[in-house]
Amino acid sequence: MKKMMTIVALISTTTYATAQNKKFIETMEHNIAILDTTRDASVLQNQANMFERIGNAEKNEWLPKYYAAYCYVNMTYSPKADIDTWCDKAESFLKKADSMSPNNSEIITLKAQIASARISVNPMTRGQKYGTMAGEFREQAKKLDATNPRPYFLDGTAYFYTPPMFGGGKDKAKPSFEKAKTMFETFKPASSIAPHWGKGSNEYYLKQCDKDSTDKKDSTTEKK
Amino acid sequence: MKRKFTLCIIILLGIHSTFAQTKISGKVTDQKKQTIPGANIFVKDSYDGISSSPDGTYTFIANDTGEVTILTSFIGYETLEKKIKLNGKEITFNPVLKEAFNELKVVTISAGTIEASDERRTTVLKPLDIVTTAGGLGDINGALKTLPGAQQVGESAELFVRGGTGAETKTMIDGMVVNNPFFSSNPDIASRGRFSPFIFKGTVFSTGGYSAQYGQAMSSVLALETTDLPDRTSSTVALSSVGVGVGHNHLWKKKKMSAGVDVNYTDLSPYFSLVKQTPEYTTKPQFAGGAMNFRKKTSASGIIKFYGYFNLSSLGFKTLSIDSINGFKNLFELDNQNIYTNLTYKERLGEKWVLNVGASYSTNVDKINLSFDTIRSQSDLTQGRLVVSRGIGKLSIIRFGGEYQYSFDKFDIKGVSHNYYYNTTTKAIDNYSAEFVEADIFLSQKLVLRLGGRGEYSTLMNNYVVAPRTSVSYKLGDYSTFSVAYGQFYQKPERTFILSSRLPDYNKSTHYIANIQKVDNFHTLRLEVYYKKYDNLTIYNPDSTRTNGGYGYAQGLDLFWRDKKTFKGVDYWISYTYLDTKRMYLYYPKEVTPPFAAEHTATLVFKKFFDKLNLSTGFTYSFASGRPYYNPKNPEFLGDRTIDYNSLGVNCAYLRQIKKCFAVLAFAVTNVLGQNQVFGYRYSYDYKRKEAISPPASNGRFFFLGLFLSFGQDRSKEVIDNNN
Repeated sequence: MKKMMTIVALISTTTYATAQNKKFIETMEHNIAILDTTRDASVLQNQANMFERIGNAEKNEWLPKYYAAYCYVNMTYSPKADIDTWCDKAESFLKKADSMSPNNSEIITLKAQIASARISVNPMTRGQKYGTMAGEFREQAKKLDATNPRPYFLDGTAYFYTPPMFGGGKDKAKPSFEKAKTMFETFKPASSIAPHWGKGSNEYYLKQCDKDSTDKKDSTTEKK
Repeated sequence: MKRKFTLCIIILLGIHSTFAQTKISGKVTDQKKQTIPGANIFVKDSYDGISSSPDGTYTFIANDTGEVTILTSFIGYETLEKKIKLNGKEITFNPVLKEAFNELKVVTISAGTIEASDERRTTVLKPLDIVTTAGGLGDINGALKTLPGAQQVGESAELFVRGGTGAETKTMIDGMVVNNPFFSSNPDIASRGRFSPFIFKGTVFSTGGYSAQYGQAMSSVLALETTDLPDRTSSTVALSSVGVGVGHNHLWKKKKMSAGVDVNYTDLSPYFSLVKQTPEYTTKPQFAGGAMNFRKKTSASGIIKFYGYFNLSSLGFKTLSIDSINGFKNLFELDNQNIYTNLTYKERLGEKWVLNVGASYSTNVDKINLSFDTIRSQSDLTQGRLVVSRGIGKLSIIRFGGEYQYSFDKFDIKGVSHNYYYNTTTKAIDNYSAEFVEADIFLSQKLVLRLGGRGEYSTLMNNYVVAPRTSVSYKLGDYSTFSVAYGQFYQKPERTFILSSRLPDYNKSTHYIANIQKVDNFHTLRLEVYYKKYDNLTIYNPDSTRTNGGYGYAQGLDLFWRDKKTFKGVDYWISYTYLDTKRMYLYYPKEVTPPFAAEHTATLVFKKFFDKLNLSTGFTYSFASGRPYYNPKNPEFLGDRTIDYNSLGVNCAYLRQIKKCFAVLAFAVTNVLGQNQVFGYRYSYDYKRKEAISPPASNGRFFFLGLFLSFGQDRSKEVIDNNN
């Protein structure tokens, strides 16, 4: 009888756990899908809240924290952004994610993105400090996972938005986007809810690079 | 057995199913009843919850039953926790959120203070602004002269603030006094500040009412704070029309330690052979020097910093003597040696305490040859300083500490006059000690009261004085602050008097300031009115004794407006200073306006960046109404006024990244329009001839061309305007 009870209890808890896990995965999948289609700050705010709630219930999962941070970083690109406040918020989520999953290439990549976002508050005075920081995070992220295309994609955007006089520009950005492109093609996310963003944007930037590229030969080979 | 099993199933199923769902709805507001959209309302440890809609309302279904905690959170507000019993009946809950502590929302003491800082807080200026201000030629003081309160005293590099003399402004590096912040020069030619603006991360220019931490400055304090560890290892090369410089700054791998050294040599001979100068140079100005720094992080919060500076300079020229009829020329030759060192240690002790310790040694020797005299003037300063601060509650803080300064001054003069040979030496040694205590008491986030006092004792003065200081600031809105300040300030008499045997006592000033300031990310508006009372100023008595019978006042208004938004890519600021000051001082027969005070001073600084051309340009226009000068033929003492002062300076810089090298090609001109600038007049003994005191170049213009290369700094990763 006792044995029986234990078995029943065990089966029940595992089914319960699986059900819970299924709920987690499904909820995450649904909400991550929303992220792939929006840039609207208020939608992102709602999604950040959603991930915060999931994170509150799923105390051992780093991904809800990661995505909450991801939402806040992306909110900073909206016109009326409160960049430092949102970056602070993103950092606080990432710090928790980092302690759950240390040395995670994806988390470090997002740190690089936060540092870059902070520059736009005042590029003249912040460029040096946060630019260096972003660059170092990207390098660290590459080292931690050689297959992660996102740090290369961010390299590209860094060059893309840097004026040519500071060594940036479209010509400089293009090789990074191309490298990211080949990597995106082979990259397999660890799960359905693991980070997979950037592929579409990378394509967009590659097109932008080609659009105004003065090197005609280069762009024709690209079209093939 | 079977019954028990069924029971188990029922219980287990019970966990999986929902007994009842509870609908929760309401509206999220702040304490001022403003609705908050985007707030997160949810049941603790569950998925259930929702974001508030644009009108602040929300509705969601909670699946739990019994007592749960509902959390409501939003950025900038404290998270609200509320225990609610869920039993299936609809619940209305209107969360009211309280604003969270936010640095930007907390009042700061702003009376009398203009700060340039890289820290996140909104400041009037950023350190980079100092370097890019036209007319200043990259000199800290040149840029500060574009701010309200400072006078345009073209014949001196010193900062003359609100009716005070240049000696009434003290420069500090990391809290340590700098005795000779400017290159030595002769009295009528302005020199430059000794220190590169690039070594400082923060500049606080205080034009009155400053903290009890600072003493021995009656008018103004310029507090400079050196940078911490650099971001990366780099090397620099500077080539310019006046000299060369190289430097290297190394950052160790773990980013805990850095060391740097730079040397430079400046020689004005090539420039002076191209651009004619009024004086006839016997030795064209030459400067050779260097600086080194060392920084080490001793823990997560502790840092040791060392900064050492040395410089040798010489110059010499002859000017036609105004008293000579046969073309006699007066000689002025100067050799200077200067060393400044500064060692500081900062550490956090536990949660609440912060310790700051510092020590500094500096020495300055001027050797001057005049036509008939030889002078050697030496001043050494050894100082130590300890400041302890303790946080009280979230915002309030108490600071206390002390400082000790040992100063040694020696003045030798020898020469021949009317066949009489003289050789005299005067010396002065002073042991100065001071202690201070100061508390910033936040009565609320919006209201802060600063109460402080400073006790000072000097063995030379043989007198102990206590100087009370206080200020109150109130935050009127998100961006505006109203402040008032009061303080007493003592200062030893100027060095000349210290060295005399008939020694007067401390000079004293009392400040009353009211300030209103509005600062957001793109605009700054500042209006300040002040009244300053001078007491115990040094005077010469007819019997050649010196006593403290002088007095005076300064009152006026400072206005500052800066706008970075209205015109695209343009940043400009306007300063205006109205000054009404009179003093009974030195040999003055009565209370009059001194020669270093102009009634009206105004400055326009304009900067524009052309990103397509990689070009940064700017200009500075300065105006000051005429200043009093002494005309021996006018019975009214200092009754004459010079012509108004006008000056237009322009600069431009072309920036370029070449591989790992970042290059800046800079060009600057002062007094572009060649406007006649007169700072005063010299008269011959018989009063028959007078000579204007003007800048040394014939038309007051100075040209500068420089190329600055920085290696190892991949700026492409630095200046990224990321909007992806």
